[in-house]
Amino acid sequence: MDTMTSNHRVMSIARAIVLMATTLAALWLGLNFLSQETILEGLPPNASKLVQALIAIVLGVAGIWALFYAGNTMLEAFPAKARDTLRPYLFVLPAVAVVGLYLIYPTVGTVVTSFTDIPEGESFFYNYADAFTDQEVLLNLRNNMIWLLIAPAASVVIGLAFAGLVDRIRLESLAKSFVFMPLAISFVGAAVIWQFVYAWKPPGQPQIGTLNAFWVGAGEILVGMGILTEIEPIPWLQVIPVNTLALIAIMVWLQVGFAMVVLSAAIKGVPSDLTEAARIDGANERQIFFRITIPSIRGALLVVYTTIAIAVLKVFDLIFVTTGGNLDTSVIAVRMYQEMFRFRNFGAATTMAVILLVAVIPIMFVNIRNLRRQGIGA
Amino acid sequence: MSNRKWLALLLVLGLVLAACGGDGGESTTTEAESPDTTEATSEEDPTTTESGDTGTTAASGESTGYTELDQALAGEFEGTTVDVWAQWLPESVEEANFTATLAPFTEQTGIEVNFQATPDYETALQVAVDGGNAPDLAQIAQPGKMHQYADAGSLVALDFFNSEKLEAEMVPAFYDLGHYNDTLYGIYYKSDVKSIVWYPVQGFADNGYEVPTTWDELVALSDQIIADGNGNPWCISIESQEADGWVATDWMEDILLRTAPEEIYNQWITHEIPFNHPEVLEAAEYMSDIWFAEDYAYGGNTYINATWIGETQDPMFAEEGPQCWMQKQAAWIGGFWGANRDFIAENPEAPQSEWPNVPGEDVDFFYFPMIEEEFGTPVLGAADMFVMFEDRPEVRALLEWLATPEAAEGWIAAGGFLSPLNTVPAEWYTYPNDGLSEMVLNATTVGFDASDLMPAEVGVGSFWSGMIDWVAANGEGTDEVFQSIEDSWPG
Repeated sequence: MDTMTSNHRVMSIARAIVLMATTLAALWLGLNFLSQETILEGLPPNASKLVQALIAIVLGVAGIWALFYAGNTMLEAFPAKARDTLRPYLFVLPAVAVVGLYLIYPTVGTVVTSFTDIPEGESFFYNYADAFTDQEVLLNLRNNMIWLLIAPAASVVIGLAFAGLVDRIRLESLAKSFVFMPLAISFVGAAVIWQFVYAWKPPGQPQIGTLNAFWVGAGEILVGMGILTEIEPIPWLQVIPVNTLALIAIMVWLQVGFAMVVLSAAIKGVPSDLTEAARIDGANERQIFFRITIPSIRGALLVVYTTIAIAVLKVFDLIFVTTGGNLDTSVIAVRMYQEMFRFRNFGAATTMAVILLVAVIPIMFVNIRNLRRQGIGA
Repeated sequence: MSNRKWLALLLVLGLVLAACGGDGGESTTTEAESPDTTEATSEEDPTTTESGDTGTTAASGESTGYTELDQALAGEFEGTTVDVWAQWLPESVEEANFTATLAPFTEQTGIEVNFQATPDYETALQVAVDGGNAPDLAQIAQPGKMHQYADAGSLVALDFFNSEKLEAEMVPAFYDLGHYNDTLYGIYYKSDVKSIVWYPVQGFADNGYEVPTTWDELVALSDQIIADGNGNPWCISIESQEADGWVATDWMEDILLRTAPEEIYNQWITHEIPFNHPEVLEAAEYMSDIWFAEDYAYGGNTYINATWIGETQDPMFAEEGPQCWMQKQAAWIGGFWGANRDFIAENPEAPQSEWPNVPGEDVDFFYFPMIEEEFGTPVLGAADMFVMFEDRPEVRALLEWLATPEAAEGWIAAGGFLSPLNTVPAEWYTYPNDGLSEMVLNATTVGFDASDLMPAEVGVGSFWSGMIDWVAANGEGTDEVFQSIEDSWPG
């Protein structure tokens, strides 16, 4: 019996090693083949690219599968106890490697660049000193603060109000789907749509912008009634500080749907015996909402608030497409793009990125801790 | 640059249609609304040159004066391929003209030219160069970019070029601009003149207005138009998506060329004098006399900041007659006049003579007048050069060919092209380029777009945003605006 088991074990170890070696060799050869420029000579350029891509896909998928399989076979050779301890690490290893390569490595690189891409003879903190003394950057930071103060709060309040109001009415899902729909639109798309909402034409010309059409239309009625003497269209995206508020409104429009859906689900999760007990005790609906519902969904509120806050800190597309950051509307992310791709200042750009990263981290921390507590993403 | 927004618009169009019941009217003209895509549509078929005159480079064994080009014409590099990148987007008029222009080269040399254009071109090129995938040749619009690539060591120095021949054949200003640190890096291929003002011909005739030839006449005419109750004399606006503000920088530059010596203009570019030098502030005064004087600009400063550059001149084509009378803009604007936009979108092949507003008949241009006699009649220009990233004989041959009149002939015939070569026969040009070409010849100075030459932080950064702030303040606080631009100068 003993010899049979040990023989068996030796056999399986050998098999596992051979399997792993074969897999690695096959992968090595495959990658080598793909990296040659002259492969598939004779085919038309496009066809050869297509074939190359197909080979790469097959090699990638099959290669990962083979690696897992070979790794697992090796694990099988271990004693049962070690096998169970090691298996999770084996399976998480590729994911960790990929995250490390595509997330950790660039992040570290960015931080390093922000300290080292400096004029000769300057201190390591040159970029940061420069950033925090530059009027423009300070203005951008101030704008980020305005966004952060208004946009998440407004989204949560409106989303909560909507979720509370439509709760348990007929056609609830229809009403909610209308509010939810903007969430499916990209930031750039939303910015372009809202440019038409905010469009301005000189007084006297037909206002093609939705908002100015309403504004001037209503104003003309008032002028007709003698209440106003004249009405002028407002260039919403040109007037400081209306333009920043107008841009924040787009963000709120986009995020309200998300807030509403999560909060609506949370409201439905409030145990009905709680609210019923309150009702029996004589509480009215308003008291139930503020005293029972809201405290019960505090966790969800925090998650929604922080998630939107992170999106708001990173806001870029909305501003870039509409005002281009002009007329005091720029934020750190827009500044980062300009430094990176327009001015080619890697140091300044990475500094902006690090500032953003540092600003996001505490919010991210609260967010993740809360998700854990909620049991949503443990 | 501006294509990005329209591309995005197309992408979301489905959503917009679903959301608001099919109001797609605004978007039907997207193809034609990008300022870069509609420079000219012409009666001449751009492909005529393929079969027609192939000029002095015909394979007769005659030397072109360029070594590699001679070898190429002798068929030595047959079967090789050259990758060329430029910002002339697929399905634009420029792309059609450029590919048609390249055809004779491939025909005569057997060298395949693989031409590619990408949206957001400058970023795409930068990414390709950074990633080690640079094309063999690339078009660059901004000399500042060429300097960056040269500093980074990405460019091939064109020491092999027959520079004596080039110097003799190219307008000196462009020859000099192709150099950096006394080394030739760029070959100028296509140029553009911006110093022109468009006006409605019939309206001028009806009111007895004369084309002004001096600044004083220009101001007098503006006052006359207001006094006659004919609306506002000027159509001005600067909204241009990612590039908001460039129209204003063009005005500043054009005026500075007319109020200061060329050295001041060049020192302003290289920052040997501060950005807010008194001469520059003086030019700003002249500019604000037009831009911010009461009733001068249609719709006031709000219109200037809020109106897209393709629609600036819409009031000039109002049904009740011109509401604004003069617009300073380069020749591409013709495709955007009044009904022309929609018409061209539907009939992209129609010749200019069939457009609702015919360039040269309904609307014509005059030279943006001189201001101070001692500085003569300068022109403000822009231009595209080709730079070289990979040094192979066939790449050299193509670059050399691009410096010959033959490389320009097809595009000149198609319109929308001014060659910086003085060897191009004048009779090749048609309206409006015959007039523009003449302006270049008569110019006492050719000033290259200063904002293109300044560091990007200023040229495509604070200069633009500063002008926008200045307009938003309706010309108030000139000193502060120019001081803030000066403060933003890097280094």
